[in-house]
Amino acid sequence: MTVKFFKLASGFVAFTAGLGMLSSVVMAAGDGGGQHFAKQSWSFGGVFGRYDQKQLRRGFEVYKGVCTGCHSMNLLSYRNLTQPGGPEYGEDYIKAMLKSDEVEVNLPHNDEGEIVNEDGDLFTRPAALSDRIKKPYANDKAAMAANGGALPPDFSVIGKARAMHANHEGIPGLFTWVFALVKDVVTQYQEGGPDYIYTLMTNYHETVPENAPKDFSLPEGKHYNAAFPGHAISMAPPLSDGIVDYTDGTKATLDQHAKDISAFLMWAAEPHLNARKRRGFMVLIYLAILSLLLYGVKRKIWEDVKH
Amino acid sequence: MAHESVYTPNSGIEKWLDERLPIIRLGVDFMAMPTPRNLNYWWTFGGILFFFLMVQIITGIILAMHYIPHESMAFDSVEHIVRDVNWGDMLQNMHSNGASFFFIAVYIHILRGMYYGSYKAPREMLWILGVIIYVLMMASGFLGYVLPWGQMSLWGATVITNLFSAIPFVGGAITELLWGGYAVGQPTLNRFFSLHYLMPLILFAFVGLHIWALHVVGSNNPDGIEIKLKEDSLPFHSYFSMKDAFAMVLFAMIYVYFVFFMPDYMGHPDNYVRANPMVTPPHIVPEWYFLPFYAILRAIPDKLFGVIFMFAAIAIVAFLPWLDTSRVRSMRYRPTAKLFFWGFVATGLLLGYLGAKPAEGGYVIASRILTAYWFLYFIVALPLLGWTQKTKTLPGSITEAVLGKDAMKNNK
Repeated sequence: MTVKFFKLASGFVAFTAGLGMLSSVVMAAGDGGGQHFAKQSWSFGGVFGRYDQKQLRRGFEVYKGVCTGCHSMNLLSYRNLTQPGGPEYGEDYIKAMLKSDEVEVNLPHNDEGEIVNEDGDLFTRPAALSDRIKKPYANDKAAMAANGGALPPDFSVIGKARAMHANHEGIPGLFTWVFALVKDVVTQYQEGGPDYIYTLMTNYHETVPENAPKDFSLPEGKHYNAAFPGHAISMAPPLSDGIVDYTDGTKATLDQHAKDISAFLMWAAEPHLNARKRRGFMVLIYLAILSLLLYGVKRKIWEDVKH
Repeated sequence: MAHESVYTPNSGIEKWLDERLPIIRLGVDFMAMPTPRNLNYWWTFGGILFFFLMVQIITGIILAMHYIPHESMAFDSVEHIVRDVNWGDMLQNMHSNGASFFFIAVYIHILRGMYYGSYKAPREMLWILGVIIYVLMMASGFLGYVLPWGQMSLWGATVITNLFSAIPFVGGAITELLWGGYAVGQPTLNRFFSLHYLMPLILFAFVGLHIWALHVVGSNNPDGIEIKLKEDSLPFHSYFSMKDAFAMVLFAMIYVYFVFFMPDYMGHPDNYVRANPMVTPPHIVPEWYFLPFYAILRAIPDKLFGVIFMFAAIAIVAFLPWLDTSRVRSMRYRPTAKLFFWGFVATGLLLGYLGAKPAEGGYVIASRILTAYWFLYFIVALPLLGWTQKTKTLPGSITEAVLGKDAMKNNK
C-alpha cells in the first residue's frame, strides 16, 4: 500500500514539477511592474489583531490636517468617528469640532434630488453627527479642475481597493507564486492596503532616482514615486516631518504620519474589523467543540462496523 | 426509492396520513437509503454542497432586502450593508466567500466522481444532472459578481458578455439582449440582479432531481462495485448522516476562517473601486473559479473558436460516461489511468494559474499545451485506456474489499 502510494505520489510530483518548470521557464520574462512594496507590522493583523484606538485618532488628525483638502470620504459619517472599534471620539468632542470648524452641509449631500427651503432655494445648515463627512469639492469636475486634471480618489474604501497581494507583487515563477498564496493564508495577510499606502507615502523622490526604469521620463507636473504603478504620480508629496502636530504628543515624523494615516484608512474601509475578528474567534471555538462532539457520536455509531 | 420501504405507521394519525399523503414514509425511506459501508470522506462533499446552497440562499435573501440594482447606487448599497446593517458585514462576507467555497466543494465533488468512476452506468443521469448544476452555479457566480458594481464587476461582465458576440449571425443580437442596450449598463445590472435571484431556484430544482437520481441508483463507492451482500450496505441515517455532519463542520471551520479573518483574500481589490466605464483596469481577471476556462479561451487565437473551446471544455465533462470505455469504475484498480487523472488535476490547476496571468508570450504557449492535455484526456486517453489498460483484480464484494479475502473465508 505504502509502496504503491509513493510510486503514485512521485509520479504525480514529477509530472507537476515538469509542467511547472516548463511553464515557469517559458514565463520567466514578462510580469513585474517594479513597484516598490514593503510590508509593515500592524496592530490589526492576525486573529487577535485590533485597531490601536490612539493610532486611529492620530490618523484622523493627519486626515483632517492634510488629506481632507483634496480627498473626500463619502461613505463615512461623522457619527462613525464615535463608534466602538474606531477612533472612539466622544459625541461631544465631534460636535464641538464641527462647531468650531464651522462645517456647513448642503442638503442633501448626495447629488440626487434637492431639498429646498420655503422660498425654493437650496440652503445649508451646520453639520450634524449623522451627516456624511463633507467633501472638499462640490463634484468630480471641480475636483479635477483644481488638481490639474487628476481626480483625487475617494478615501472611503481605499484601504481595501489598493490592497496588494501575492499575484500583484510581480512574482514571475509559478512556485514562488503558489508559495506566496499559501503563505498569505497561513499568516492571514490582509494588510496589503495599508502596506501599499504606507509605502506610497514614504517613497517619493525629489529627482528621478538611478534605479528608475530605463527610458523613464517624468511628465511635467508629476512626481516620482517608487511605490506608484508607473512611478509618475500627480499628487505632490502630501506628508513630511512635522506636518501635523499630534495632540497625544507622539513625535511627528513622516514615518509616523504615514503609518497612522494608513491605519486610519484601513479602519475607514473596514470599520467593523474588531467586532468581526472577535466574532470569528467565538464561532471557531464553537465549531471546534461541535466537531469534537460530532466526532465522538460518529465513532460511537461506527464502533462495531469495519469500514 | 429503489429499496423496499422500511416505514410502518404506528399511530392512527400516521396511518391516516400515510394513505393520503405518504410524506413521512418518503422522509423515513429517504434517510434509510442503503449506502455502501466503504465510503470515504470524499463522499461527504455532497452534503457539504447542500449546506453551501442553503448558506447562499439564506444570506442572499437577506442581502437582497438591502441591495439596490442601480448603477449609481449599487456600490454604495453594498457598502451600506457592510457598514450600517446589523450583522451586514458578516452576511456579505458569508455570501461572497460562500460562493468561493461552494466552488471549492464542487470541484472536489466532481473530481471524486471522476476518480472513482461515479459517472458510469447506471449513473449517467445522475452525472449529467450534476454537470447541469455546475453550469448553473457558474452562471449564478458570474451574475452575482456583477452586482456590487465595482471595476471588476463591470469589466468582467463586459468581457464575458462580449464572448457571445462571436457567435455568427445572431451574436450581436444576443449580446444586445444580454446588455439591454449597446454596452454593459443600468439595464444589464437590473436584469443580472433578477437572473441572479432566479438561478438558485432553478439550481435548487436540479439539486432535487440530482438527489432523486441518486436514490434510484444508489451511491457509488471507492471500490466502484455494486452492493451485492446484505453486509455491503448500511442505512444512510445515522451512519452517514453523522459522518457527513462531522465533515461538514470541519469544512465549515475553514470557511469561517476566511469569512472572519481574511474575507477579501479571494476577491479582487479593484472591485472596491466603483465601476467606471471610462477607465479599463490593466488586467481584467474573472473570479478564481473561472480561471482555467478563461485560460483556455485565451489560448485559442481565434475569438469564435476560443469561445467554442471554452464551452466545449465544460460540456465534454457531461459525455464522460461514454468517453470512458473502461469496464472497471474506480481508479484504485486502474493504475495507468490514475496517472493520467492526476495529470488532468495538475492541468486544471496550472490552467487556473495561467488564467490569472496576462495573455502574452510564454503564458499563451503553456496555456495551449495544457488546453491540448485537457481535451486529449477526454477524447484520446480515456477511450484508449479503457480498451488497452491492465486492471487489478476487483474484490468480490464491498465487504470483501473492507475485511479482506481471508476474513471473508473465516466468516463462512
